[in-house]
Amino acid sequence: MMFQAQNSFGDISGKVVADFGCGCGTLGVASALLGAEYVVGIDIDSQALETASLNASDLELDINLIWCDIKNLKWRVNVKFELFLYPMYLIDVGKMVDTVVMNPPFGTRKKGSDMDFLVAALKVASQAVYSLHKTSTRDHVKRTALRDFNAKSADVLCELRFDVPQMYKFHKKKEVDIAVDLWRFVP
Amino acid sequence: MRLLTHNMLSSNIKGVTNGFPLRLQVEKSVEKEVDLNPDFLKNIFPKIEWKALVDASHALGYPELPDDAEPSMLDSHDFLKKFHHALLELHVEEGALICPETGRNFPINKGIPNMLLHEDEV
Ligand SMILES: C[S@@+](CC[C@H](N)C(=O)[O-])C[C@H]1O[C@@H](n2cnc3c(N)ncnc32)[C@H](O)[C@@H]1O
Repeated sequence: MMFQAQNSFGDISGKVVADFGCGCGTLGVASALLGAEYVVGIDIDSQALETASLNASDLELDINLIWCDIKNLKWRVNVKFELFLYPMYLIDVGKMVDTVVMNPPFGTRKKGSDMDFLVAALKVASQAVYSLHKTSTRDHVKRTALRDFNAKSADVLCELRFDVPQMYKFHKKKEVDIAVDLWRFVP
Repeated sequence: MRLLTHNMLSSNIKGVTNGFPLRLQVEKSVEKEVDLNPDFLKNIFPKIEWKALVDASHALGYPELPDDAEPSMLDSHDFLKKFHHALLELHVEEGALICPETGRNFPINKGIPNMLLHEDEV
C-alpha cells in the first residue's frame, strides 16, 4: 500500500505524512522507511501508541504520536488571501500534512466510522489520502467522497482480501475473509 | 513531541474559537539530532506560524530564533540550522499544552500529547 503510494504517485518521500488510527504504527513506520520527512501517528488507544513508539525506536525511526480521537481532531487552519498575486483565489497555506494514510475501523460496531476518518483526512491532507474500505461499500464511498466531502478524485487502486480471524468478537457473522479496496483520494 | 507537531495542534474543545497556539509547559525535554533537509525546510516555512514556533522554542530554553522571519532568510545556512533545530530536534518529553481560551491542560507524557476530550467537551 505504502509502496504504491510512493512509487506510482510520489506521495511519501520528503513529505509530511499522517497515519490516522495508527495502531502499532505499521503504516507510519512504512512511510518513514520510504523516506517521509515527518510522520505523525494518531490513535485513540494509548496502549497502541506505546507499542508504536517502541516499534519505531526498534528501527531507529522517530515518529510523532498524538493521543486523540480522530472525530475530535482539530488542527490549525490558516487560510490567506493572496489578493495581489492571484486575485479572488484563496490560497490554503495552512495544510501542513501532505498525505494521510489509514486503515480505519470498518464501522463494524458503529456504522460508518471509516467515513468519519475519511472526512477528517480530506480536511487535513493537501495532496492525497490512502485508505482501505470494504469493497461492498464501494459506490457509497465514491459518492460520499466526491459529493459530500468535496474530494477532487476518488479511485480504487486495487482490491485486497483481508483475513479477519477472531479479531472482532462482536461480529454477528463469522466473517473470516472480506474484500477490501485500496483507495486514493485527492482532497 | 516536536515543535512541528505543536505548530499543527489546536485546542479541540467544543466552542473554543481561538485554540491556537497552545501554550507550552515543559518539565522534561530532550534533543535528538536529525539530518537537515533544506528543501523540506523551504517547503514548510510558509506554513509555519512563526511566532508560535519562537515562543515554543523559548519554552524549551532555545532562544536563537529571530522574532521575525521572512523567506529571504532561507538562503542563510545559519538560519536554516536554527530553524531545523527548533522545528525538528527539540522534543518535549513531559509537560503540558494549555488551551489559550479556557486554560484546560492537555498533558504530554513520554513525548505523546493527550488530546482526548472529556464527554462534556465534545
Ligand atoms: C484497523 S486498526 C488499524 C491499525 C494500523 N493502522 C494497522 O494498519 O495495523 C484501526 C485503529 O484505529 C484506532 N481507532 C479506532 N477508532 C478511532 C478513533 N475514533 N480515533 C482514533 N483512532 C481510532 C484503533 O485504536 C486501531 O488502532
